[in-house]
Amino acid sequence: MSDSEKLTSKVIKNDPWYDSYADRAEVMRASEIRALFAVASRPEVVSLAGGMPYLEYMPFKELSEHIAKMIVDKGDIAWQYGSAQGDPHLRESVLEIMKLEHIHDVQPDDVVITNGSQNALDLITRIMCNPGDVILAEAPNYVGALGVFQSFQVDVVNVQLDENGLIPESFEQAIIEQRKLGKKVKFLYTVPNFHNPAGVTLSIERRPRIIEIAQKYHVLIVEDNPYGLLGFDGQTYPALRSMDPNIVYLSSFSKIIAPGMRVAWMVAPPGIRHKLVLANEASILCPSNMSQFTITTYLDNFDWKKQINQYRGMYKERCEAMDSSLRELMPYCTWNKPKGGFYIWLRIPDGLNSRAMLPRAITAKVAYVAGTGFYMNGEGSDHMRLSFCYPTPERIKEGIRRLASVVDAERKTVELFGTSTVQTPQNSLRTEQQILDTPDPSAK
Amino acid sequence: MAQMHNTVEPTAEKNVARNSFDRKNTKVLIICGGLSHERDISLSSGKRVGGFLEEAGWNVAYHDMDSELLGYLQSEKTRPDIVWPLLHGASGEDGSIRDILEMVDLPYIGSRAKASRTAWGKPVAKNVVRKLGNVSTPRSVTLPESMFRELGVHKIIDLLISSLGLPLFVKPTMGGSALGCTFVHTADQLPQAMVGCFAYGDVALIEQAIEGTEVSVSILEIDGNPVVLPPLEIVTPNGTYDYDARYTPGPTDFYVPARVSPNTLESLKQAALSAHRTLSLRDISRIDFIVDSNGVPQFLEANVTPGMTDTSLLPQAAIAAGYDLSDLYSALVESVLAQNRVTIR
Repeated sequence: MSDSEKLTSKVIKNDPWYDSYADRAEVMRASEIRALFAVASRPEVVSLAGGMPYLEYMPFKELSEHIAKMIVDKGDIAWQYGSAQGDPHLRESVLEIMKLEHIHDVQPDDVVITNGSQNALDLITRIMCNPGDVILAEAPNYVGALGVFQSFQVDVVNVQLDENGLIPESFEQAIIEQRKLGKKVKFLYTVPNFHNPAGVTLSIERRPRIIEIAQKYHVLIVEDNPYGLLGFDGQTYPALRSMDPNIVYLSSFSKIIAPGMRVAWMVAPPGIRHKLVLANEASILCPSNMSQFTITTYLDNFDWKKQINQYRGMYKERCEAMDSSLRELMPYCTWNKPKGGFYIWLRIPDGLNSRAMLPRAITAKVAYVAGTGFYMNGEGSDHMRLSFCYPTPERIKEGIRRLASVVDAERKTVELFGTSTVQTPQNSLRTEQQILDTPDPSAK
Repeated sequence: MAQMHNTVEPTAEKNVARNSFDRKNTKVLIICGGLSHERDISLSSGKRVGGFLEEAGWNVAYHDMDSELLGYLQSEKTRPDIVWPLLHGASGEDGSIRDILEMVDLPYIGSRAKASRTAWGKPVAKNVVRKLGNVSTPRSVTLPESMFRELGVHKIIDLLISSLGLPLFVKPTMGGSALGCTFVHTADQLPQAMVGCFAYGDVALIEQAIEGTEVSVSILEIDGNPVVLPPLEIVTPNGTYDYDARYTPGPTDFYVPARVSPNTLESLKQAALSAHRTLSLRDISRIDFIVDSNGVPQFLEANVTPGMTDTSLLPQAAIAAGYDLSDLYSALVESVLAQNRVTIR
């Protein structure tokens, strides 16, 4: 049958704008992993995936009364546009929080308020990086940061971690190698305390060494510290920023008070701060006054230090539950028991692929985040991130019990076929990013 | 109202809804979500269909497949007039929810439980369609993981290659959205494909991969008349209509009708109708084919709850055929309501 005999077909472009997208949009795709996570929000599923803080201890009833009064008193400001740098009162308030991590030399004018640290990461990458520039980052790394870096078409180069955090020699080596390649290393991105996902903390001894290397090679450090106040025994560590004012420091209320408020802050040297404020104005005009006022209302009227202390104890208990369950039921895996934060980074037996195993886990009604989401290049299939922050200890134990049966079944299949599980697609990053800390909004 | 035909070609907008029901006071319940691997797609399908029905004036409600559903269906206060189960994957497509709906005596849109169960199991459906419907299907075998364990992996793989040849297509016997599916070009890819498949289910369908044109044919039954939407050809950049290609608006193109000869086009429609009928499907279905190099439609699978998202095939074919989706979905609801189906067995 010749073409001329065929009926006239019309073409339906699945997306008529497909040819118009910027290159950076290429990796923004659906994936089956994202689909599987829709199930994770159901109550039948024990989700060890999301990094959502447990908020039920918050004094919402009393807080609502204070917020109501705040709206009556200051509603005309709270509902109005604000400063791109953020509300001055909040910028003053965060100084007290930073003092807990030995940062004493910051003035309110040094602070920039952002819509969560994700906004902060976007801003610092926006003003510092051109496509093809290099950012050095711990491997594994916070997947939200990787998503930002990827969207700016930056090359992320891995710096190795061990149980004491970022390895200084690896940091220095990476700088030297990249410069030899003629690359511009724009900054080191690091999460020094209770790392996401690795759970480790940069040792006190290594901190000055990291700064020394950065100074030697004139490489900016971007210190992201959302978990610093969540040491299980109340311990805090001196922030890198407390040792060097030329560091960009990020912190957030998301993990300690209210992720839904989307309020975080940055401290930066004057030149960078000036650019950040202008970039913030161009990006979002200003952070939400209502959210900022809500946070200051809480800070002004409640014993937030006591509240955080209560959370520390609770997270410690949950971490213990996960650690003991893993020791009992999955002794063939390896992990570092964290001293704070939300996560255990679990190494699974050789030959297994945590991403490929996820459908089996969802069938068994347990969810985790596959390690591949924490790398740019598809590595990490031999790890998974387990969050202990949200489920109760009983649910954690049940989740690990289910997970152990999943791993056992997958091991048997993999051993049977004498092969590791399916390879991870290279485009896995962006799609996994979105599932980490966000519950399914459609969940009942 | 336009005359309903057995088959339709792309034309100007068709008006199929009779508008003879009090839509505002007729409660249409969409069940979507569930616990299957396709929950996300189901939620998306449900919201999409519900949106069009709301636009058409129906009183639409939504419910997940959960422990509160049965009470909701039985309570006088909440009981709907009709249910549209849009659950993908197990429970939704294996007939379970339809059995439940029949037990609570509620009319619903879609195939009955037994037919759903037959279509849901791909090997059984292939067998029925080939033998009773006289429709070609790619050669395949169905093997549980335990068989590999008992007889030896390499012996079975050797046998598969010598019997079916290459390339092969490996997929779970139950499930949709291409989850767990792998195109196998070489023998050494087969073990990994099997592991990927068994992550989604215990039994694998290993099928000869036919090189050809991927075509999907959607059918709706309105007032007892099957409306065969124009066969829709799927063209993806890498040749695989995988999860990414299905649900990311992007480089996938559809051609309506499929760019095949008029004879093949007619064969596709007839094969789809034959599959629909021999599987005893009802109200709505989507039948997937590969048209081989001889122009012969090879049946791949039948879907009793086809995807209804904004990138799904049935809605795209309907729009291309000139239907307004609000009207078309309303016509389907009205058609089922008008039948006063007695569901108690």
